[in-house]
Parts: sequence; C-alpha cells; structure tokens
Amino acid sequence: MERGIFGQLILTFGTISLMAIGGANAVVPEVHRQIVEILGWMDAPTFARLFAIAQTAPGPNVMLASIVGWHVAGTSGLLVATGAMLLPSSVLALACSRGLQRFSGNRVVRIVTLALVPIALGLMLASGAVAALAADAGLFGFAITAATAVVTYRSKVNPLVPMAVGTLAYTAVWAAGLV
Amino acid sequence: MNALETAASASRPSLPNLFTGFLKIGLMGFGGVGPVARHIIVAERNWLDDRAYAELMGLCQALPGANTVNAAVMLGDRFRGAAGALTCVFALMAMPLLSLVAIANLYEAVSDRPRAQVALTSAAGLILGTAARLLAKADLARWAWVMAAAAFLAVGVLRLPMLPSLLVLVPVGLVAASLGARRV
Repeated sequence: MERGIFGQLILTFGTISLMAIGGANAVVPEVHRQIVEILGWMDAPTFARLFAIAQTAPGPNVMLASIVGWHVAGTSGLLVATGAMLLPSSVLALACSRGLQRFSGNRVVRIVTLALVPIALGLMLASGAVAALAADAGLFGFAITAATAVVTYRSKVNPLVPMAVGTLAYTAVWAAGLV
Repeated sequence: MNALETAASASRPSLPNLFTGFLKIGLMGFGGVGPVARHIIVAERNWLDDRAYAELMGLCQALPGANTVNAAVMLGDRFRGAAGALTCVFALMAMPLLSLVAIANLYEAVSDRPRAQVALTSAAGLILGTAARLLAKADLARWAWVMAAAAFLAVGVLRLPMLPSLLVLVPVGLVAASLGARRV
C-alpha cells in the first residue's frame, strides 16, 4: 500500500515534470486532474488549500508537488514527490547544458523558445482560471481574484502584498457575516 | 587543461560559495525567485554578467521545469560538474521545503474555511495577473497568440489531459515558429 502511493507519486510527478513548460505554474490543471479526479487522493477544496500554501511559501513554484506529497504520505511523501518533480527536468537541463553550451543563443534554442513561450503563457492563464474556479468562493471571491490580477498586472509590488491584502479583506467581510 | 580552462577555474566559484548563493536565492524568494536569482547570480556573486545570465535564462525557459531549478543545475554543472549541480539544487530547495512544512503545519492549526479559500482566490489572481503581464510584454506574433489561446482553451476550458494536448501544441508551435523565424 505504502509502496503503491510512493510509486504513484513518482509516476505522476515524474511525468508532469517534463510537461512543466515555464515551470509548475503551467501544470496546475493537470496536477488537479490527476490528483483529485483520477487518483481521488483529496477533494477539490483540499487541493485548493494545498495550492494556496505552496504559493505562500518562498522558493521555486515546483513545490506544489512537495505539498501534495506531504499531504498524502508525510515527510517521505514530500521528499519523493519533490524528487520526482525535479529529477526528469533537471537531467534534461544537465544534458542540454552540456550538449548545447557552445550553441547557446543559436537558431534551434531560439525557435524552441519562440514556440514554447506562447504555449507556456496560455497554460499559465489556464492554471489561474482553474485555481479561481477551484477556490469556489462565490462572487466576492472572484472579485478578489480580479483585483489581485489587476494589481499584479499593473504594478511590480511583491506578490505577497496583494495576497495578504486580499486575505485580510475576505476575512473581514466573512467575519462581518456578509459572505 | 588548456589555458582557457585554467583561467576559468581560477575564477569559478567553490562548492560552499555556490551552496550559500543558492541557499540565499531559495530563502529570499518569497513570491517568486526570479528577481532574487538575478540579483545574487549577477550583482552579488558575479558568477555571470547580464548577457550570459539572459542567455542562460533563455535556455532555461526553453526547457521544462522551474527556471531557477534549471539555472541551478546548469550553473552548478558549468562550475563544478555534477556535484555542483546537486549542491545548487539542494541548496535552492532546502529552505523553501522547510518553510513549506512550517507554513503547512501552521495552516492546519489555524485553518478555517474563509482563509483557505481566499488565499487561493488571490493566488489565482496572482497567476492570472502575471500571465497577463508576460503576455502583454512578450510582443507575440499573430500565430503565437493563436497558440496561447489554443493552450488556454485545451487545458483551462475543455480540461483536456495535458500530455496529448502538448503532443499536438508543441509540434504545431515548432512548425509555426520556424516558418515565422524564416520570414524575419
């Protein structure tokens, strides 16, 4: 049973690792689909909460895998899921670094980047949309999502500032019994 | 070892130097490690100049995985081989993972419905806003806008599985990009 969970963590995040164009913010819908819908390891609100925690912590955005691993199998789950998420893409990076060093800035790299940037950005939008729906916090929740999006779009403040302000605003409205 | 390699090894950072640098990047990167990574790699430690950093980031963006993790792998390997790559990735992830567990425990303790939901509503807004800003700055060609829209529709609206979606999107994107690049 235990081995089953670890094997599944390795398989799931090892595959997702290679799909994470532009980082883990591209694969939120896929992680949600696999963990919640296919494997049934947690319900959507729990996934939403874990995603929020991963966004709050400092560090690279691959930690969505870490927190999912932690939730299903404790510290060993965290380590296994993190390793599975990091290893395939890192091995690929190592191979490319050694193979492409003298070609860096060449035509192939430029075309691959040119092709992947719009796909990565479309996937990132999809992640944001899926997360907004998963939050399921009603009209006021969507208002906060929209407000945070606009602030992030227009200014260069540390992302934690709009996140903290949004949380405070929502908590205040909730405490006042309006939601 | 030829003269060039000797010269490079004289200035290449040691393993402890790489370790503390990436430890700092991981620790200071609240809300995204990108800007901190540039500050430490270029300004503080002088591992790369701005141009080499931009080139490195370009390559990292063309690869799957978090950009900073890929940068850690490549820089570590360039300066100190496989041991360097391992050191950099470990240093980068160590503190964030510890704080992740700390935050998760704290969160379980105080967790109630509204805060859990709202942290997510603003996290979602954060991702949407970042994506919108990058899209606005990316100066995309018309075909590239179509690709971005197709990726959003497939994964975000139709909720199609990602692997088959990418197996269609990426080759189409590559063809479009090479045709577009030829014309320029």
